[in-house]
Amino acid sequence: MLDLALDLLITALVIGVALWTIRTRDDFAAIVGFVAYGLLLTLAWARLAAYDVALTEAAIGGGVTGVILLRASVRLKPVTTARTPIGVRVLVGLLCAVISAGLAAVVLLPVSPPPSLAADVRSHLASTGLGNPIAGVLMAYRALDTFLETVVVLLALFGAWSLTPDRAWGGRPGAPIPTASFGPLPLFGRLLIPIGVVIGIYIVWVGADAPGGKFQGATILAAMWILAMMAGLTEAPPIGRWRLRLLLAAGPIVFVAVGVAGIPLAGSFLAYPEALAKPLILLIEVALTLSIAATLGLLVAGPPETAPGTEL
Amino acid sequence: MTTIVTLFSAVAICAGIIFFLAGTVGLLRFPDSLTRLHALTKADNLGLGLIILGLLPLSGSFSTALKLVLIWALVQLAGATAAQLIARLARPSGRGK
Repeated sequence: MLDLALDLLITALVIGVALWTIRTRDDFAAIVGFVAYGLLLTLAWARLAAYDVALTEAAIGGGVTGVILLRASVRLKPVTTARTPIGVRVLVGLLCAVISAGLAAVVLLPVSPPPSLAADVRSHLASTGLGNPIAGVLMAYRALDTFLETVVVLLALFGAWSLTPDRAWGGRPGAPIPTASFGPLPLFGRLLIPIGVVIGIYIVWVGADAPGGKFQGATILAAMWILAMMAGLTEAPPIGRWRLRLLLAAGPIVFVAVGVAGIPLAGSFLAYPEALAKPLILLIEVALTLSIAATLGLLVAGPPETAPGTEL
Repeated sequence: MTTIVTLFSAVAICAGIIFFLAGTVGLLRFPDSLTRLHALTKADNLGLGLIILGLLPLSGSFSTALKLVLIWALVQLAGATAAQLIARLARPSGRGK
């Protein structure tokens, strides 16, 4: 009874905040609404015992996306939005209704018994050396999806960098932040960053056997880097530096190298030889963690705005 | 013994909820940013502190209890920093003085 009341309350809050976020006319308020929506969604996923998804939603959906949207809205000049023509709005509404109805049909009219590979995953999980079935699916059975996801994150960074004015190409990302050594934010950074780095690495490591993993851990590491940059404790590196670019590409490169090596060694692309499955997965996870953390940090920092060599 | 522990937890958690309620009312009703921040940080600090105090005896293991205390300490740190930053911007004289 109490559980049902809690679930209904969370559902009502999620829908209420979603509607408010769509309705509000102010960019900043809408973004705050979106972040609150992400945190409520995290609670919903946790109630469904999908802790991996909940962690990802909190870190990426609510956290990093919220910060990126805030930075984007600051960069955008205040725009006077003309009201969309009524026909277009009706069309969008219809499209959304069709998608919602489709999703509802899938959830409410399940085939009996529902098709599931969960039992197969569980019975073969031992061969990957992993204890968390989610990690097994992400790194072994659906490795191609995971690989493409990491490439998409990198492409998003290329998209942000492509907004760089010509004179600033190769410079440090974002508007220059004066270096600071005292005040609340630098103090916060000094206290939190060591703890955050340990927690980030822990989340990556524990992901093999429990909820966690590279995306969530890398997001925490990226957040610590962003905090250090915002507090003026460190400067964003110039985007022309080749070591930085190597770091960004390391994850996908290692992933694709192991994948190609799988063709002669294990019979197909992205297959692991059984004896080496765990060490290879670990190698990919470490490389991906570093690349994703660097990519997310630079995505938040944004495109360079000042020419290289003219920083403060 | 267990009754006393349960009673302690219930009282602490209820007291914590009262602080959150009072903080929320303050956030909605107080006239300016500084007083609203004051209300908000009290909820973060004492409200969460009391709820976690009430959860400690129910946590079942030392490591879980330690994690709960760590969460409270991190929220304290983040809340205090955010409050400082917002207060600096909200001061009529502007920031940095």
